Amino acid sequence: MGKNVLVIEDEPNIIEAISFILSRDGWSVATHSNGHDAVGVVQEAMPDLVILDVMLPGKTGYDILRELRSEDATQGLPVLMLTAKGQVKDREMAERAGASRFMTKPFSNAEVLNAVRELVAG
Amino acid sequence: MGTLNILVGVCLIYVAFLFLVAFAAERAALEGKGAWLRSPLIYTLSLSIYCTAWTFYGAVGYAARSGLEYLTIYIGPSLVMIGWWWLLRKLVRIGRSQRITSIADLISSRYGKSNLLAVGVTVLAVIGTTPYIALQLQSVTVSFDVFSSAYGAELTDAAQGSNALLVAAGLALFTIIFGTRNLDVNERHHGVVMAVAVEAIVKLLALTAVGIFVVWGLAGGVGDTLARIDASEIGQWQMRGDRWATLIFLSGAAFLCLPRMFQVMVVENEDEDHLRTASWAFPAYLMVMSLFVVPIAVVGLDLLPPGSNPDFFVLTVPLATGNDALAMLSFLGGFSSATSMVIVAALALSTMVSNHIVMPIWLSTQSGGASVSGDVRHVVLLSRRISIAAVVFLGYLYFRLSGGGTALASIGLVSFAGVAQFLPVLVGGIFWRGATRTGAFVGLSVGFVIWAYTLLLPSFGAGTLVSESMLANGPLGLGWLRPQAFFGISGMDPLVHAIFWSILLNTMSFFVASLVGFPSPLERLQGAQFVNVYEHSSTPQSWGGSLAQTEDLMVMAQRIIGAREAQNLFEREAKRQGMSGLLPEPSPDFLQRLERELAGSVGAATAHAMIGQIVGGASVSVEDLMAVADETAQMMEYSSKLEAKSEEQARTARQLRQANEKLTLISEQKDSFLSQVSHELRTPMTSIRAFSEILRDSDRLTENEKIKYSSIIHDEALRLTRLLDDLLDLSVLESGRVNLNMQSGSLKGILDHAVSSALTGAGADKMRVVRNDQQEDLMLHTDLDRLSQVFINLIGNAQKYCDATAPKLRIEVGRANAALVVDFIDNGSGIPKTEQAVIFEKFSRTGEQKVKGAGLGLAICREIMTRLEGSVEYLPGQGGAAFRVTLPEQVAMAAQ
Repeated sequence: MGKNVLVIEDEPNIIEAISFILSRDGWSVATHSNGHDAVGVVQEAMPDLVILDVMLPGKTGYDILRELRSEDATQGLPVLMLTAKGQVKDREMAERAGASRFMTKPFSNAEVLNAVRELVAG
Repeated sequence: MGTLNILVGVCLIYVAFLFLVAFAAERAALEGKGAWLRSPLIYTLSLSIYCTAWTFYGAVGYAARSGLEYLTIYIGPSLVMIGWWWLLRKLVRIGRSQRITSIADLISSRYGKSNLLAVGVTVLAVIGTTPYIALQLQSVTVSFDVFSSAYGAELTDAAQGSNALLVAAGLALFTIIFGTRNLDVNERHHGVVMAVAVEAIVKLLALTAVGIFVVWGLAGGVGDTLARIDASEIGQWQMRGDRWATLIFLSGAAFLCLPRMFQVMVVENEDEDHLRTASWAFPAYLMVMSLFVVPIAVVGLDLLPPGSNPDFFVLTVPLATGNDALAMLSFLGGFSSATSMVIVAALALSTMVSNHIVMPIWLSTQSGGASVSGDVRHVVLLSRRISIAAVVFLGYLYFRLSGGGTALASIGLVSFAGVAQFLPVLVGGIFWRGATRTGAFVGLSVGFVIWAYTLLLPSFGAGTLVSESMLANGPLGLGWLRPQAFFGISGMDPLVHAIFWSILLNTMSFFVASLVGFPSPLERLQGAQFVNVYEHSSTPQSWGGSLAQTEDLMVMAQRIIGAREAQNLFEREAKRQGMSGLLPEPSPDFLQRLERELAGSVGAATAHAMIGQIVGGASVSVEDLMAVADETAQMMEYSSKLEAKSEEQARTARQLRQANEKLTLISEQKDSFLSQVSHELRTPMTSIRAFSEILRDSDRLTENEKIKYSSIIHDEALRLTRLLDDLLDLSVLESGRVNLNMQSGSLKGILDHAVSSALTGAGADKMRVVRNDQQEDLMLHTDLDRLSQVFINLIGNAQKYCDATAPKLRIEVGRANAALVVDFIDNGSGIPKTEQAVIFEKFSRTGEQKVKGAGLGLAICREIMTRLEGSVEYLPGQGGAAFRVTLPEQVAMAAQ
């Protein structure tokens, strides 16, 4: 059994794509599609890695990440942040919020896979 | 009658001779050959207009009635000339450096150039002088009368009147010709002065000739004459100290203050040094004039029958002894005394009347204000001429109306007392810097009221202007206000009483009011200029002055550029000059710098004039003042322009700020729009890329998986296309470059099309649409495709977002506010109030994203409806989500 990855993303097609890529590589993938209760879901699942979208209904990815970083349990949790807004300031905001890695959509599948492997291994 | 004719002839020749003298003098002065015109002798002789016909004829009468008291009239001026030499010199210096034109001008200039004060002084001077002119006219006619009656030709009243009128007209003409030939800034009239000097000689010669004739011809030598004097009543005469002191003071004061004396002494003065000669020569002249008065009086009293008028002994004694030629000379002497007084008085008064009354009124009637230029000279000359004629005519009128009777006899002293009221203000003004305009006003007013009340009104005799009971008991029974016994002090001579109280109270109120009030800046400047005239007028060209002036400069600079700046400037200058104190030496260098500094605030002309006032010799000329006025006007215009400009700038700044805010907002909106567009484009592209890579890289995909992933790619590609279409559509609509395709069609048809277009795909059957055919039976004329697009969008939204288990959409057509409305109301949970405001904004999808859409639909709808001159808005309170499309009335009307 591989390690657990939680994908928090509201776009069904993207969830499906990421799930497919990671499952094929042997990861165990769970998904969640809104921001409201995302923090609770993470704390409950305690995955090895979280892939987090920025634009989520209910709460932004930045806010969720900040909350996670303020909790002891999730302080060091690897988080790969995805955003469809490709501006410099978005990257800065992600870094400030505490993202382990930041990626702009559209991404290449190999890129995502490598990032996940590195973050979990590191 | 023959002698009478000769007399008339001699008179005419004499007058013609005077004209000639005046004309020659003017000519010589014009050609610059008149050095002799500017001799101190001429100046001294011109001062002799002090001796009018009243003195020429009246002195003998005075002596016959009151003994040696007549001497006071000569002693006063002599004391002034000898003892008050320094005061005269100061007056003359001020008059020259300030270009003073009259005593009214002097007083008004000293007290802050107050024209009101000038008008007051002018009016008082006219009041004081008019009876005096009348007296001269009377003396001429009466002496003529005396002459003619000696030859048995009684003149009628009418003939006397016409004589007086002729004389008046002649004098006015002379004064006009030689007094207003041209406008001289220095107000010097060589012709007039020369004629007056000639007349002075004639006066002296005539009186001396008569005197010599009397002493050596009639009395038989000096010894005999003295014996006759001792034997006469005059010899028994007792001196009254109070009257003497008063009269000496009075004649001295009048000598300084009489407008005509001021004219010849100050205005016509050519050279200050002339005063040196005049200070002994004029008293000498007066002495000779007074020398034979008593002998003539004594001999006249002896020689002529009792009851004959002693006032004309000078004339009647030679006549009675058959000395026609001497009598004629004597007549000419009297005539000279009268005419020279009238001429100079008219000249002096006309200058005052014209400058301070006529010209200000004329200027104020000119709408152009200070812009008048070339023709002012002409107007000034005209106004002078009219004033001369008016002054002389006023004298003539007074003479006719007063009947030429005894009322005139005392008028000389009353007049003297009137003008003497100028003395405190005049002397105070040139020696005391603290004297103020208010003080001058109060002092003059008090003095003149008391003069009029105690002397002028009673002089017309009890029961005429002042009732006898008032004289006896005071006004309203107030005994202490009795006109001739103020504060109950009775027993004084009326003249002494009047002079004492009027001058005392005048001076006191002048001082008190000056001390109580504060002088205005201009008064301060003028005060310094007058009081320190010697320091001010010694350096003509470049500036320069004493340290004392620095304080004045400081006061002025503080007023103009502010206390701190002025102090800094002065300290800096003091340091530069290496001075230990805070005040610099008023070196030309410093003054120039100061002038430049001040010019920045008040303009160059004003600054120059102000500094000139304090340290410069040159006084402020009319041109300077015009320049100052000009500058002030320009500065006012400039500052009002600046004000307008700064208002405009504030407005522009406000507009710019608003525009900037708007731009910032737009820029932010653009950033956020781009960011959203990026997001909306990247999301489908992410899916497309991810699945296309999966399809490419994985060979173990099932057929179903392949189909599914290909479909996702396909759908996301379509989504991208729609998004781009919407963006383009919106950008075209927003830019306003839309071509509307106007068509006619039925509302029902459009809705049919919209419903069938919108309700396609999965769940299309679930939505029930409720419509009303009757309502929809309307023809429209508009862009039907665009309208249909709006309808499709709204119906599609209802289908996408209506969360009811049995979704239903009602489409209702109606009218509201003279417009056609189409409402789309579903039975879902509707849109929360907080979001109703933003749903029409771009990319403002609400709630959780169950259904895909770029979020541009409603924004597009809104733009379309704006182009169609209608609107689309959320209709709250309808249960579910409700949108109202409003179309203008004419869309429906046009189709019908």
